[in-house]
This record gives sequence, C-alpha cells and structure tokens, in this order.
Amino acid sequence: MECTRLVTDNPEPDAKIQVRNLSRIFGPQPEETLIQLEQGQSKDSILEATGHVVGVYDASFDVRPGEIFIIMGLSGSGKSTLVRMLNRLIEPTRGDVSIEGADILGMSHKELIELRRRDIAMVFQHFALMPHLTNFENAAFGLDIAGIKDPERSRRVGQALETVGLSAFADNYPYELSGGMQQRVGLARALSLEPTIMLMDEAFSALDPLIRAEMQDELVKIQRERGITVVFISHDLREALRIGDRLAIMQAGEIVQIGTPRDLILKPANKYVRSFLEEVDTRQVLIADDLAEAPVSLPEAAPDLSVRQVLDMLEDNSALSLVIRTGDGRYQGTVSRYSLLAAREAGREDLAAAYLDNVTAVTPNQGFYNMVDAAAAAAPYPLPVVDHAGYLQGTVSQSAMLRTLQTREEAPS
Amino acid sequence: MTASFDIPVDRWMEELVNWCLDNLTALFDVISLLVGAMVNNFERALLSVPVWLMISVVIVAALWRVSWRFAVFSLLSLGLILGMDMWTETISTLALILAATLISLVLGLPLGILAAKSDLAEKIIRPILDLMQTLPPFVYLIPAAMFFGLGKVPGTMATIIFAMPPSVRLTNLGIRSVDVELVEAGIAFGCTPRQLLFRVQLPMAMPSIMAGVNQTIMLALSMVVIAAMIGAGGLGNEVLAGIQRLDIGRGFEGGFAVVILAIILDRLSQSFGRQEPQQTWLRRWWNTLLHSTRYEQDNP
Repeated sequence: MECTRLVTDNPEPDAKIQVRNLSRIFGPQPEETLIQLEQGQSKDSILEATGHVVGVYDASFDVRPGEIFIIMGLSGSGKSTLVRMLNRLIEPTRGDVSIEGADILGMSHKELIELRRRDIAMVFQHFALMPHLTNFENAAFGLDIAGIKDPERSRRVGQALETVGLSAFADNYPYELSGGMQQRVGLARALSLEPTIMLMDEAFSALDPLIRAEMQDELVKIQRERGITVVFISHDLREALRIGDRLAIMQAGEIVQIGTPRDLILKPANKYVRSFLEEVDTRQVLIADDLAEAPVSLPEAAPDLSVRQVLDMLEDNSALSLVIRTGDGRYQGTVSRYSLLAAREAGREDLAAAYLDNVTAVTPNQGFYNMVDAAAAAAPYPLPVVDHAGYLQGTVSQSAMLRTLQTREEAPS
Repeated sequence: MTASFDIPVDRWMEELVNWCLDNLTALFDVISLLVGAMVNNFERALLSVPVWLMISVVIVAALWRVSWRFAVFSLLSLGLILGMDMWTETISTLALILAATLISLVLGLPLGILAAKSDLAEKIIRPILDLMQTLPPFVYLIPAAMFFGLGKVPGTMATIIFAMPPSVRLTNLGIRSVDVELVEAGIAFGCTPRQLLFRVQLPMAMPSIMAGVNQTIMLALSMVVIAAMIGAGGLGNEVLAGIQRLDIGRGFEGGFAVVILAIILDRLSQSFGRQEPQQTWLRRWWNTLLHSTRYEQDNP
C-alpha cells in the first residue's frame, strides 16, 4: 500500500502508460465489494461471505516509454487480469488507464478497436495462433483485421517474419513448427502491426529453458531497436531480472513493490517479495558500492607522510592496513605493516614504496562477481572502491566479501 | 381423482391446431409452395443427371475426400441400388433429405450462433430443441399433414423438426468451446464482433459444426419411413409398402438402399469435418501435379 501511494504521489509526466487506482472485482456486485475492501475487510472474508473475487485492487503505476516493465507474481495474483485491463480485454471495475495521456476507459468501442489495431499488440502464453491459417496469414492477422492491403501488408509481414527469422516458413502452418518457432510467429503477428506497446502475457513460459533465453535476448534486441514499450507478465524472476528495466510485484491482487531489480533485491518491501527473491542468485545485482564501508583512513595529505610516521599511526590504530589518500580524497594506495616494514628495510622513506602491489582498486558499480578475483588477490586486505575520477568511495572488507559469498539465500540488509 | 384434477392439454392442443388452421393458412400455403418447389426441383435436377455421371461424381468425391477403398464400396453399392431398380426412389429420398438438411442448416446455424453469443438465447432455445428431438414424430405427423396436405412438403417439415437440433447444438457447442486465448487474440488485435465470429470463432468451430451437419443428415435419413406415411414417397414408401403388404423382399430392398445412401452421405459429410484433410491418393496426385507445374513456372 505504501508503495502504491508513493508512486501516485510522484507521477511521471511523460509516462507511456499511466495506471491509477485500477481495480477489478469478479462477481455480480463489484462496487459493494470495493467499498468493503476500503473498509478494511480482507479478501478471503469477502470471498467467503459474498463469493466476490478480487482480481486486482488499487493498482497504480507508470510505464515509461521504451522500457520493459515486468509484472510479476504467483499465479492467481492478478497479473493477467491487470494486463488485460490495459487494452480492455477485461473491463476495470474502477480506476484510470491512460496511454500517452489518452483515457482509454472513456473510449468508445470504435476508438478502442482503433487503438488495438494501431498501438497495442499482444503476445500470448500459448501462442494463440489460428491453426487454419499459414504462418504468413497468422502474422498478417492484425493487418487483415485492420483492412490493410497489399503491398503494405506483404511488406510489413515479410519484415516481421524476417525479424523473427521465419521467412522460410511463411507458407507452413503453425502445427508444423516447434513451440519456440510458433511463438516467433506470435511475435511476428504483434510486430507486423508496428505497435508502440506490446503486452506479453507469460509469452515465454511455455518454452524450453534454452529457447526461452534465446527468445528473451531477441525480444530485448527488437525492443531496443524499435523503442517499443513492453509490459511483460512473468512468474519467473530469472526472466524478469534478465530482461526487465523495472518490476512490479503483485500479491493477492495488489502491487506490493515497484522498482528496478536492484531496488527490489536491496530493499524488498515485505516477506513476500523477499521470498520471491530467494529463487535467484541476488548477488548478480550487487555492486561494490553496496558492500563498501567508510574507509579507515589517514588524516589529510597522507601521501606526504614518511614510512615511519605511518607505521606509528598503524600501531595506534591497531589496523591491518591503511588506505592512503590525498587531502581532497584521491586514492593513492594501500599499505600494511609488512609493506611498510619492508620499505624501511629497503631504506625507502617515501610512502609510495610501501604501496601493496596486490591490492587493486575496484569501481563503485563493479559487479560483485567481478570483484571476487581482485578480493582474492588482495587478501587479507580490504579492496578500495575508487570512482572513475580517482576519488576513494570506501573499502570492501574481505569479511564482507565472504559473508556475501556465503549467504546465498538472503538478500543483504 | 383423475376426473377432479384434469388439465385439458388435449383440448388446448386441438384448439391450437384448429386456430392455426383457421388463421395461418396463408403462411402454410407460402411455406408449402417454397418447400414444395425446392424438393421437386432438387428431385428433377438430380434425376436429370445421367446415372453414370452421378455415380462418377460420387466415386471421384470418395477418391478425393475419403479413400479408394470407399470409392470401390460406392461403386458396388450404387450398382446394387441400380440392380434392385431403386434408383428413382433413392434420388427422390436424396432430394428430400438435401432439402430438409439445407433448410435445417439455414435455420439451425444462425440459431446455434445466437445461442453461443447469448446465454439467454441458449436458455430459451435448449428446451425447444429437447422437445423437437424427443417428441415422438407420429404426434406432429398428423398436424403437419393437416397444415401442408399430404405429400413431400409435410414429410420435409417433419424431417426438419427431427433433424435440425444437432446442427444448432453442435454449432453452439463448437463456438463456445473455442480456446479462450484465441478469442482474446482476436479481440486484442482489434476484431469487431462480426470479424471475431467469421475469422476466429466459426473457423475454429468448423469440425464441431460439420459434425452437426453430419448428424442432421443422418437423422433426416432416419425419418424417411415415417415421412413416407404422409406421402413423402421415395425409399420410405418402398419399405412402408413392404410392411403393409407383407412383401418382405421389397421392404429389404428399400431398407438396403436407405443404408447405402446413409453410409455414402455419412462418410462424405464427415470428411468435411476434419480440420486436416485426409491425404488420399487422388489428393496426393493432384498436389504433385500442382507442385510440378508451379516448379516449372518458377524455373522456366
């Protein structure tokens, strides 16, 4: 709930799709059910007392132009209902949906049909291809419905089939193709419309894992090339993290959190979201910045100090190593008691002689897995995190690395 | 007990029939004229086709749609009908069945579509279909004869009443059981209700609808003897005459001809119900021919 309000309070001015307080109740008296919900009755008690099912309750979000927006949730969480309200395959009980500022709930039947033919294409979980039509005719379905004739029709369908790599199978029938190829036809049918929005309902869920990954990559490629806004329904977090720019997590008809994959992993809104994240290796979204602690550092102009002076400071500090930076915060190097002693043995008084060779800096947005090698090389000393301008942002301790490596199940808090 | 509690349904029905006779004669005359013209013209047209051509058409259709084995069966069985001297009667029955089936479909398919689109319509239509299918035909045979006189017309009307329900039921069922996702896809891509019906629902429901057509034909055939009681003629008349005169041989001849007609009509009409046409020998040969000419055109 809190999240919902948060989004409502910060509308995005140039949102492609804007959804506000959208609800859908299944049953004969949906309005009464909404009032009961507002009075704080639980969905289960409403179902038991009146038989009304809460499909979606009070959903608000913005989809930015050209992004892949994922709606995630377990089956029965209302995600299919939610996406079908965007093109009014399901009529909302209450709320607003606008597409590029146009209120689609106020549209006449005719305007709605125009919108579906021009702007919004849909891809279905089980492909929904017409078995009596060839792949070409299937890909041309939307154009035929809209009355678009050759040569425009052939050009667009040809192009769409080429985009999905099925030109050679244009005259075959869907049942002659594998599942993955059938969904390519489904994708071609959507692309031939040259839509600005694609709604994808578990589009890749029925495919083999390998084919699925391939289709995901292709979707992202096509979507980036054409700047299509995609609303993608999924119950697979791996898929969501792989292709999604932002995610909305649904639980029992309500959106519980909206954010980038990083936002969700680092700050899951509740137990439900956290339990979702358990399935995947959350470390793939962690970066150096997430693990960095404030550096235990020397006072200003540290590089000017002598080896002996720093050795004394290290004694007082009882630290293993010290990070050396300039007065304005530029990282210079890392020294340890041993490197300092070695430098003194060698008769060197300048601090630079004591910088550890094996400690190399990482950038703040370096991924966790890309830091592992550097951390191993630097052990037992912490890794300095240095931005591209050379300023020290913090250090990542070996224990922080180990803890993150070990805690597979939980997102770091 | 029975005397004190009496609902006079018998009198009501009599009055209803009498009322119809008094007030709807014009309507009955028009129907009589149209249906009579239809059946008679069908019969005349079918009889004007030479026997050898008729048999050839059936055999080519059998080769095309079913199999060569069935073509052989058709040839032998039609030969049997000729040999039994039942050709004219068979054609007469065929004409009546075709007319009854055609009218049943013209009425039944739209009703089936209506029933599929509206739950209310389905609720109303369903008990009427139950009535049509289960009311013993003898009950409405006499009123039919009273309304339309003796002959082919009341026979056709009685046949329609008995044979129409499956085409309505299976059209309704076929449309209602089209995959939800396909219907959603149709709507999502901007179908109007009419486009949805003709481009998605009817093509998808076709196997079911054709099963209904097949059932209508078969039920129409099962009415031939009953229809003959009010003078519809044809093969039914042969069977009826066989019964009345205890002429067992004649009865069997008529009966065999009905069975042969039924099998041929059933297999041919069933073959149109399949989404995937059967790969018959004739079809393969034709496809190869088509392919090679196309190949030559593409690669001169």
